[in-house]
Amino acid sequence: MRATVIGRDEVLHVARLARLALAEDEIEPMARELSAVLDHVARIGELDLDGVAPTSHVVGDAMPTHPALRPDEPRPCLAREVALAQAPAVADGGFLVPSPQA
Amino acid sequence: MIAADVLELSAAQAADAIAAGSLSAGELFEAYRARAGADHAAGEDGLNCFTWVADDAPAQHADAPASVPLAGVPLAVKDLFCTEGVPSQSGSLILEGYEPPYTASVVRRLQSAGARLLAKTNQDEFAMGSSNENSAYGAVRNPWDRERVPGGSSGGSAAAVAAGLAPWALGTDTGGSIRQPAALCGIVGMKPTYGSVSRYGMIAFASSLDQAGPLTRDVRDAALLLSHMVGHDPCDATSLSFPHAIERPSAERLDGVRLGVPAELTGEGIEAGVLDAFRAALAHAEQLGAQISDVELPHAPHALSAYYVIAPAEASSNLARFDGVRYGLRAENPSDLLDMYTRTRHDGFGAEVKRRIMLGTYALSSGYYDAYYGRAQRVRTKIADDFRTAFEHVDLILTPTAPTVAFKLGEKTADPLAMYLNDFCTVPMSLAGIPAISIPCGLSAGLPVGLQIAGPAFSENRVLDAAYALEQSLGFDGTAARV
Repeated sequence: MRATVIGRDEVLHVARLARLALAEDEIEPMARELSAVLDHVARIGELDLDGVAPTSHVVGDAMPTHPALRPDEPRPCLAREVALAQAPAVADGGFLVPSPQA
Repeated sequence: MIAADVLELSAAQAADAIAAGSLSAGELFEAYRARAGADHAAGEDGLNCFTWVADDAPAQHADAPASVPLAGVPLAVKDLFCTEGVPSQSGSLILEGYEPPYTASVVRRLQSAGARLLAKTNQDEFAMGSSNENSAYGAVRNPWDRERVPGGSSGGSAAAVAAGLAPWALGTDTGGSIRQPAALCGIVGMKPTYGSVSRYGMIAFASSLDQAGPLTRDVRDAALLLSHMVGHDPCDATSLSFPHAIERPSAERLDGVRLGVPAELTGEGIEAGVLDAFRAALAHAEQLGAQISDVELPHAPHALSAYYVIAPAEASSNLARFDGVRYGLRAENPSDLLDMYTRTRHDGFGAEVKRRIMLGTYALSSGYYDAYYGRAQRVRTKIADDFRTAFEHVDLILTPTAPTVAFKLGEKTADPLAMYLNDFCTVPMSLAGIPAISIPCGLSAGLPVGLQIAGPAFSENRVLDAAYALEQSLGFDGTAARV
């Protein structure tokens, strides 16, 4: 099987999707390591999986289960000040963030 | 009782002694608090098992410790379990100093049963790792040999129990993160059936795989702790009512028990010394009356590949929440919102977490989804089918827990794939959602070897009984060097 090669552009594209900044010296090692791991996992491409249903979760697929959905009723939740207590920045009783477009 | 004797008691023995009035819960807590605190204060000169240790015994259960089943016995808890008002950082810089507003359901359940929070344990960042070298709070050392890793990701929990710094500990297992460190530290670790323990308040890694479980000195302690962990929780829609009580294991023999040994997980890639100890354990099982036969798990060799698509894919989604908005780290002076997100995540995540987020994002991205994530989910179906078929012929499946004994610090950090291969024997059970325990079965080159026993979903009592019978027969001396 052809070796998987993840290049610099692809690393930067995926990093953008992941909302992850990479330093210049992180890019080449990331490309190399992702290529190596993907090469290994690509072995599942050899298996005949035609007609096999995917398993996203063993509960429900293979095991007895509770109704997954509870009634949609209001329940007690965290007080506002508790929810905000660990926030890096707060204003007017809400989470403060920079503008999307500075 | 004098302090040294107290530390020799298993957690179950300690609970019995407290209930009988021959041991004070407060004295027991103080004996462990002093040891755990000393290790914590020693930093790099200790084992670095802990990220937080209690200053005082928690008061809430001190009044009537004998009236609750766990009787006030101290409990060490992996860092990723949320504990109200106590740092819960999941081994990550991005959550440095984070104190959650609530406590994980399983921890609350254990506290209600009488467990007292002794300490939070060091771990690989977001439970991603097999050596505990990925923690933002420093590597944990193996009490059997300080130059070696304790395994991971529940490495702090395993090392603390092995070194007698805690009577027992909570860990989590996504692809082997309880069983592998238990094996490398010479203790007992169990991953229960997926869904049997609530995940509410566990900082998530891969939600379809993560399960909490016990790390203990012996099999009876594992059964006791697990018996107070299982059960449906309305806060976790994937948690199930465990169909029966977890019993105290008592089997002395294995007469008529059918044990299967899969060639796929007991040959190539397993170190010779590990295989020797594994085969010796099989001989013990046979002497106890078990019938041993070969069993096939044809897709098991592909489990690792499927796992290293599925787990990073789920992680890339779960870890999207760490963006500098509601809690945790925020990068300084962001120019705009996107800059804040991307630099916060760059500064806050370690190398392995970044790698898995990238891997998962790639596997889920347009054009690659079917080839990677879609195929991996189909492989998962085949692996679960393999186990179902195997369990038509045998009651339990035995393998080594890890392919090697504890390796040297730094030995595998430069090669992520070599590190991932540690999970070769444990990942298939995780993908199938079935229970598996690791018990120490001997030494290789002076280091502990783990035996893995797996059974069908909800067969915990059978797994524990077999583990107990083998534990008694093997007579492993679990007293690692007490630091």
